[in-house]
Amino acid sequence: MPKFVFLATDLALYLQLLVLALYVAHALRTPLLRQTWRYVQRDATAMACSVILGLFMLVAVLDSVHFRPLLPNAPDAAAGTAPAYSMQTFSVLDALLSSPRQAREKTYSRPLATHQFAKESLQRDGVTVRDYPRLKFGGSHLQDPPSQWASDVLSRSMRGLASGALVALLAAAALAQALARRHTLTLGQTASAAWHGQLGVPWRAIALTVTALMLISAWVAALWPYYHVLGTDQTGNDVLFVCLKSIRTAVVIGSLATIATIPLALVFGILAGYFKGWVDDAIQYFYTVLSSIPSVLLISAFVLMIQVFIDKNPQLFETGLERADIRLFLLAMILGITGWAQLARLLRAETLKLSELDYVQAARAFGVSDTGIMRRHILPNLTHIVVIVAVLDFSGLVLYEAVLSYVGVGVDPNTNSFGTMINTARNEMSRDPLVWWNLFSAFGFMVVLVLSMTLFAGAVREAFDPRARAFRVRSSAQRVATVKEAA
Amino acid sequence: MFNYILRRLLYGVLVLVGVNLLTFVLFFAVNTPDDMARMNIGGKRVSADAIQKWKVERGYDKPLLWNEKAQGPEKLTQTLFYQRSLPLFVLDFGATDTGRDIAYELSQRAGPSLAVAVPTFLLGVFAVVVFSLVLVFFRATYLELWGVGFCVFLLSISGLFYIIAGQFLFSKMLKLVPISGFSDGGDFVVFLVLPVFIGIVSRLGGEALFYRTMFLEEIGKDYVRTARSKGLTETMVLFRHVLGNALLPILTSTVAVLPLLFLGALIMESFFGIPGLGSFTIDAIAGQDFAGVRAMVFLGSLLYILGLVLTDISYTLADPRVRLG
Repeated sequence: MPKFVFLATDLALYLQLLVLALYVAHALRTPLLRQTWRYVQRDATAMACSVILGLFMLVAVLDSVHFRPLLPNAPDAAAGTAPAYSMQTFSVLDALLSSPRQAREKTYSRPLATHQFAKESLQRDGVTVRDYPRLKFGGSHLQDPPSQWASDVLSRSMRGLASGALVALLAAAALAQALARRHTLTLGQTASAAWHGQLGVPWRAIALTVTALMLISAWVAALWPYYHVLGTDQTGNDVLFVCLKSIRTAVVIGSLATIATIPLALVFGILAGYFKGWVDDAIQYFYTVLSSIPSVLLISAFVLMIQVFIDKNPQLFETGLERADIRLFLLAMILGITGWAQLARLLRAETLKLSELDYVQAARAFGVSDTGIMRRHILPNLTHIVVIVAVLDFSGLVLYEAVLSYVGVGVDPNTNSFGTMINTARNEMSRDPLVWWNLFSAFGFMVVLVLSMTLFAGAVREAFDPRARAFRVRSSAQRVATVKEAA
Repeated sequence: MFNYILRRLLYGVLVLVGVNLLTFVLFFAVNTPDDMARMNIGGKRVSADAIQKWKVERGYDKPLLWNEKAQGPEKLTQTLFYQRSLPLFVLDFGATDTGRDIAYELSQRAGPSLAVAVPTFLLGVFAVVVFSLVLVFFRATYLELWGVGFCVFLLSISGLFYIIAGQFLFSKMLKLVPISGFSDGGDFVVFLVLPVFIGIVSRLGGEALFYRTMFLEEIGKDYVRTARSKGLTETMVLFRHVLGNALLPILTSTVAVLPLLFLGALIMESFFGIPGLGSFTIDAIAGQDFAGVRAMVFLGSLLYILGLVLTDISYTLADPRVRLG
């Protein structure tokens, strides 16, 4: 058995998943909430995005289960010796992708390359020549790369894509079978109904997204064992692997920082809106002070502070990974502490409105205590705002991480993150010939993550806030339909 | 009106006091001057003498709030709080930890910052208003769908990427403008074109979507229907009636950022090598120059509060119905 290691952000992520599961269970039991989420469920874009987000989430979770593998006992060790564990900590993702992780080249290489990016002095037939050396891992199975490379890449790609298509087809058939059983239709009827979106859930969009993802992953799976699909970076690490590792950082920052704002915002927002008077004044004063400091500066002040703390207490952290992780955790907390003012302002306004409503007055007349009213009558009616803001903030925070890394107050330089990748890419863009794949990969992954989250958040907002639906882009036919519906 | 502005200003001063206390706690009580010295000198094993010397040179060797050793009123004045935090209120910033005079730096750097920020702001507001009005004009067509999709896409790209890609495309590939730098002479425009353009594009997505909702909200109102029924053209309705009425929410969202222009776009200045306040701040953070960061925090908050007051005033000017009492 390996020894499991629980980093601070791991635990926080598990806790979030637990809270998410509890919320889902709660939403399933509450008819009104179920109705609201059904609106998201009917939105084709949102469902396609949630498939992609689910994949990102899966990678992040796999990368959040850390362990130290058990080392084999020395052959002459006594039977009862305590097991020894590796000093290195791995995640499940590391273990799954151990071959690309270990396939380290010397330095840059282009995507799918067989030769290094830069020339080196080589010994060839006893003569020293300047040439591009072969890569240790990328394309090492080829005897004569110039003549074999194209056909090898092509045949492997075709095989990968074909198997991806096959898997997607099987998945679609299984889905149709399951739907047919549920709706008691024939297979043909189900397929046609699902394709035309008559089953309530936009299965066509979901199926197309899944197919696209399957094709891409099968293609990668076919090529990755033999080539560096997205090239290697300056220290020879596989860029695709670095990108996958960066997903966790982005997800942690995006979700943890949002979660950290919620308790502060809820407590202060409700107190200010409910008690009014001097409590309101004091809390408003407090968040005006916080929000009047430019956020980059406030965050850097806090980060400089934790940097000093970490430097002064090195004994608290066993490994470099733990040190980097605690910095990530504290960074997310700082983003939460500095960012709650906006949400608190919204919650305060809503509480002001709610506390004047009849049912709150009635509760007060019945002698329900203040805490009771706030907990039972006000808090549940604020959750929609919290949900909207939480999903909307996620994208912004992922983007913000890159800026903070640039300023030098972001994650630890040893932590893989899109911000660090973009920062190093800055110098690479001024090289000649150009090293473009690092920036390109970080950009691609980041855009897909942020874009899906933004689109998903848009649908969530429309579901919870019907006024937002008025701003939806729609065709004139749809507009007429809604007008008729209203009339 | 006058009373109201006075009240807002007094509240602003009160907020500034809070900012001042908060920065004092962050920079002196939590991060003691000893820590700053250790970080600045570098290395973990720094001798106590070196730390003491560093502190004396920069005047950090005094107690925080109360000096036991001093006499009479000096018990209060010979402290870090009195000497370091209070002078900020009269805009006396002192020197950075590396010994440069902050007030002089500010006066030198405000110009370049404004030279980038003001065109970015003005052209940006113009571009966003035009873009979102076009979106509204072509509402319920594919043009709007693609336009909104384009905005969401723009919104999902990191600001750093715009800068890197912009520098690569326009400076390295097309060689249209210099990659970075600044000049005081007449040719300063060539250095400004790219930062201004990128500044506009990177903000276009989010703001155009925001303005679009403002316009759409106005367009459903009765006066727009009246204007249409009078037989006015759609352009007339949009540019005369809707734009004028949507100006109020737009004003509040833009006036608040006006004073912050002064601080410049942190990242932009640092990437383009513009010697403004933004790059000063970045350098201060990177060099762990606590005095510099503290001054910029105070200045930033001061400008933010000014922005809030300006917003309130612009409300009354733009809409006679809003009376502040």
